[in-house]
Amino acid sequence: MSELLQFVFSGLTTGSIYALSALGFAIIYNASRVINFAQGDFLMLGGMFTVACTQLGVPLYLAIPLGVLATVVAGALLERLAIAPAGNSNVVSLIIITIGASMFIEGVVQILFGKNQHAVPSFSGETAIPVGGAMLLPQSLWVIGVAAVIVVFVGCFFRFTMIGKAMLAMSANREAAQLVGINTRMMLLVSFCMAAFLGATAGIVAAPITMVVYDLGQMLGLKGFVAATLGGMGSGVGAIVGGLLVGLLEAFVAGYVSSAYKDAVPFVLIIIILLVRPGGIFGAKSVDRV
Amino acid sequence: MKTFIRPSVLIVIFVLCMLPFAFPNAYIVDVAIRICLAGIVAIGLNLLMGFAGQVSIGHAAFVALGAYASGVATIRYGWSPLFALAVGAVGVAVLAYLVAKPILRLRDHTLTMATLGLGIIVHMVLVNEVAWTGGPDGMAVGPMKIGDWVLKGEMSWYALVACLLVLAIVISLNLFSSPAGRALRALHGSEVAAAVMGVNVPSFKVRVFVLSAVFASIAGSLTAHYNSFITPSLAGFMPSVELATMVVVGGMASTFGVVLGACLVVGLPQVFGGFEGFEMVFFGLALMLTVIFMPKGIVPSFAQRFAKRKS
Repeated sequence: MSELLQFVFSGLTTGSIYALSALGFAIIYNASRVINFAQGDFLMLGGMFTVACTQLGVPLYLAIPLGVLATVVAGALLERLAIAPAGNSNVVSLIIITIGASMFIEGVVQILFGKNQHAVPSFSGETAIPVGGAMLLPQSLWVIGVAAVIVVFVGCFFRFTMIGKAMLAMSANREAAQLVGINTRMMLLVSFCMAAFLGATAGIVAAPITMVVYDLGQMLGLKGFVAATLGGMGSGVGAIVGGLLVGLLEAFVAGYVSSAYKDAVPFVLIIIILLVRPGGIFGAKSVDRV
Repeated sequence: MKTFIRPSVLIVIFVLCMLPFAFPNAYIVDVAIRICLAGIVAIGLNLLMGFAGQVSIGHAAFVALGAYASGVATIRYGWSPLFALAVGAVGVAVLAYLVAKPILRLRDHTLTMATLGLGIIVHMVLVNEVAWTGGPDGMAVGPMKIGDWVLKGEMSWYALVACLLVLAIVISLNLFSSPAGRALRALHGSEVAAAVMGVNVPSFKVRVFVLSAVFASIAGSLTAHYNSFITPSLAGFMPSVELATMVVVGGMASTFGVVLGACLVVGLPQVFGGFEGFEMVFFGLALMLTVIFMPKGIVPSFAQRFAKRKS
């Protein structure tokens, strides 16, 4: 029983990270139908900027907001310099641009910070808390807590603010949104900034567990993509459920079946889900427009 | 058969024949061989991505499967390399057929996701099935033998892969203007419109997927013998992205474009080889800049400009 609880804890922790990553995918997808392959790099950048700040002697509580801010700037730059100039290119071209951007970001980070792993200290100590026979790391509580707060925050943003509503309108119908006076170019920029913000936060709270390395974003990003597709691309609830589901399943497979194939789980799962429900669990049934 | 005497193919054959006289040393021959092998895979991928518009970012998986089929069959079971290559290609074709049917029902990002997942799963199997594949350390593969004759030396390898490249180009060009090629390009434009005009969309998608996987498998088998060593990184995410880069940068649906793409993607890192770690930056930039400024790829963009000037 305590074993099961342990797996649930670790699954929820990684699942929360995937969920935030997936939410970033969903927000950009809603605004532009683009799959942002650089989403995982936002997580890495958040962690890496924080590491860089602490190495310069900045205390952790200041380094974290700086790391988030720098990543949001990177997200804005990505949109302004790479996505906006491509203008009305088709979606596949835009996706390929984000793949290029991802490699570019990883390449630059690798040159600046090297290929080795960088450690970030836990926010509140390493002493594990015993819960029902299982051990819970304080950092896991940070990850799950921060993820929960952000999810509520994002939910409120879309429900109660004008910008949030404008973004929802844009995802429903871009041209109609433009006709009622929504600045779609601005909204696209906002969506990239938000995705970068979500990624950076997830990357930073997870950094003490995952360590930070230049290609950290590859797997985290891909799994966020799996989580988002699993839940139904574009659905906020879907992204969170998808993220937690992937995290939990991975933890159970690693614990009970084989840790070697743990990373294969999300990808096998996604292929099966896509074949049964091409729209994902919470996705709308797709209708072809001729 | 008139398509075989296309002037463009003759030019390619002429260039490939003359190139050896311009090779200053064995290192450049080695690069040329790698470009030819990559070009064959890229031409195959272009059939899928450029002609039919189905984006795959897991294509390196088929290269790796071909390579490992050759490696495992020749080393562990003592098959002759040519037989292993053929069986590998057939095996990959069957696998691609089984996978294609369900996967190609997906569109856009879900198809991208599925091909990506396929690549990662193959990579993981190659890493973990140590008894067969040698695990993450890879395995050694013997030389290419045809009967008792052992293919060795850079020049004979170059001759072989250059011939195969020409063959791949001819197949691709012929397919482009054949009814099947037109059907593929029609479904690229709009699946519904193609179906309305009587194109059996699912069947064409599956067939082109299988064909492109076979191209990759054969090139993979040859790569295994040429390198004489294979590792699971053949099936990694990066090689798949590199292949997609060749197609996109060179020019979607342009056969000569993707060959140029292969030259650039394989050749340029050699030029920049001195700068450790800069190749990722370079690839990323090249990918972004071409898509932003030449969304159709290098060759089609220039062809368009040239045609405009003429008129």
